[in-house]
Amino acid sequence: MRFPDVSPLVWQVLRRHLIVFSRNWVTNLTFNFFEPLLYITALGVGLGAYVQDMEGLPYLHYLAPGLVASSAMFATTYECTYGTFVRMEFQKTFHAMVATPVSIDDVIVAEILYGTFKSVLYGTVILLVILVLGLVTSPWALLVPPVLAVAGFLFAILSMIWTGLVPNMENFNYFFSLIMTPLFLFSGVFFPLSGLPKIMQDLAWLSPLYHVVNLVRSLVLGQVHPGLLGDFLWLSVLAAVLFPLSLKLIRRLIIK
Amino acid sequence: MDAVVAEKLTKEYNGKVAVRGIYFRVHYRECFGFLGPNGAGKTTTVNMIYCLSPVTSGKLTVLGMDVRKHPREIKSRLGVVPQENNLDPDLKVLQNLLVYANYFRIPPATARSRALELLEFFDLADRAGEKVDRLSGGMKRRLTIARALINNPELVILDEPTTGLDPQARHLVWQRLRRLKERGVTLLLTTHYLEEASQLCDRLVIMDRGEILEEGKPGELVARHIGQEVVEVGLERMEEAATALVVERTGHLLREHLEVGDNLFLFPREKGQAVLQALQDLPLRFSHLLLRPATLEDVFLKLTGRGLQA
Repeated sequence: MRFPDVSPLVWQVLRRHLIVFSRNWVTNLTFNFFEPLLYITALGVGLGAYVQDMEGLPYLHYLAPGLVASSAMFATTYECTYGTFVRMEFQKTFHAMVATPVSIDDVIVAEILYGTFKSVLYGTVILLVILVLGLVTSPWALLVPPVLAVAGFLFAILSMIWTGLVPNMENFNYFFSLIMTPLFLFSGVFFPLSGLPKIMQDLAWLSPLYHVVNLVRSLVLGQVHPGLLGDFLWLSVLAAVLFPLSLKLIRRLIIK
Repeated sequence: MDAVVAEKLTKEYNGKVAVRGIYFRVHYRECFGFLGPNGAGKTTTVNMIYCLSPVTSGKLTVLGMDVRKHPREIKSRLGVVPQENNLDPDLKVLQNLLVYANYFRIPPATARSRALELLEFFDLADRAGEKVDRLSGGMKRRLTIARALINNPELVILDEPTTGLDPQARHLVWQRLRRLKERGVTLLLTTHYLEEASQLCDRLVIMDRGEILEEGKPGELVARHIGQEVVEVGLERMEEAATALVVERTGHLLREHLEVGDNLFLFPREKGQAVLQALQDLPLRFSHLLLRPATLEDVFLKLTGRGLQA
């Protein structure tokens, strides 16, 4: 595997994405803001009225931090599948960039960082919302954005790998229905996994979102314990290991 | 020292050889062309020059640097106009230039004045704030060329600069390219329009199936291979006997003849008029009979037995 050819020009490419984002951030943000709010209302408030306390918490309190994590995940994965693919394949933006001193690795890293930015931004916005709703009970919550950054970095890499493996629009539907939705449902966002069969619990450990939810919920509720370092490490190590693969897979789509 | 030097340059991908050990040199301040049909290997060659496609084997030096070792340095001094306009549709016209300038680390103030100058030069000044999608095909092309000039490149690579443009838009682009050349910019273009090649290029190579068939000045190539004029003959029924008769009766007046599909091309030694006269005396009916100046397309036909647009 080739050593990544990354330069400070990554910032210039990322800047391009931020310029585009700044032009329609209201639309973007509103859309991503609305969905978690629906979950909070429908499940947290509506369903929550019928649900017993979960792990000693009112359901709304239990659910809200999980939605911070899942919103962050979805923001990143949409950006680094559909968004990346449109830029790469339809707009040929990557081709335009690599004709300048920018390298293909610069372009890919900027995509990953843009995905990371979205994770931090959208997760933090939901965090602020639940803060206003009185659902954040600990100053440890200040550590949520850095957690979202690591999570975003990992989800961006995973999305880029999918995009690199099956570069066409239709297959992104599979990505979301076969991978993202199960992650969303079985990573402890809605209910603790302790009630599931052992095999499901073991599988959940493989879900990156499970570790993100653990971290975010514990920080938001102030239930901090050394086990969280394990979750953080799990995410960081996987990101570090998969990063070169994401570069390799996208690179081969552009460099022929 | 030349702007581009290729020696035994070869490119293979997916098990196919796209460029077969070609040699060429592009001099500074000239307009150099790659003429050939689609699939000849022109785009693959320029992709290697601007460091997009890795070289499989051979040597390729651009602005005195090895493409394998110094891609970023080379690209910082090139301008690239790709075959497809890949303008950034998420950005407006002026922004397209400014953001592109960032990729070259051009200071914002310089970038701005340069971008405005370029929009002026390409007749796009009044479109600065418009969305790229709103531009016509010719305007998009001009903007793509403008973008390629944002870093004041020493060498500009244009891959099929006017394909898909209407004649008026095409002439406007040609006019601007000629002005660039007058300013001392080295131009390297690929095209399958012989008119474009003869209008713009000081020197060119004719490419087909990954190989360079000929090299020279457009006029010289035509004179060397064809001569001054061509008589194009369309026989009503293309029969061997008729063809043989034509060749027999005019042969002494010809340098050479060529059969391509339903057409017979006669390359007169001297006056085409004499050949025409001889033909009219024959007991044959022609669907058309045309005396015209020889062009690069005839050279291409002669070298490959096929037309350029095929």
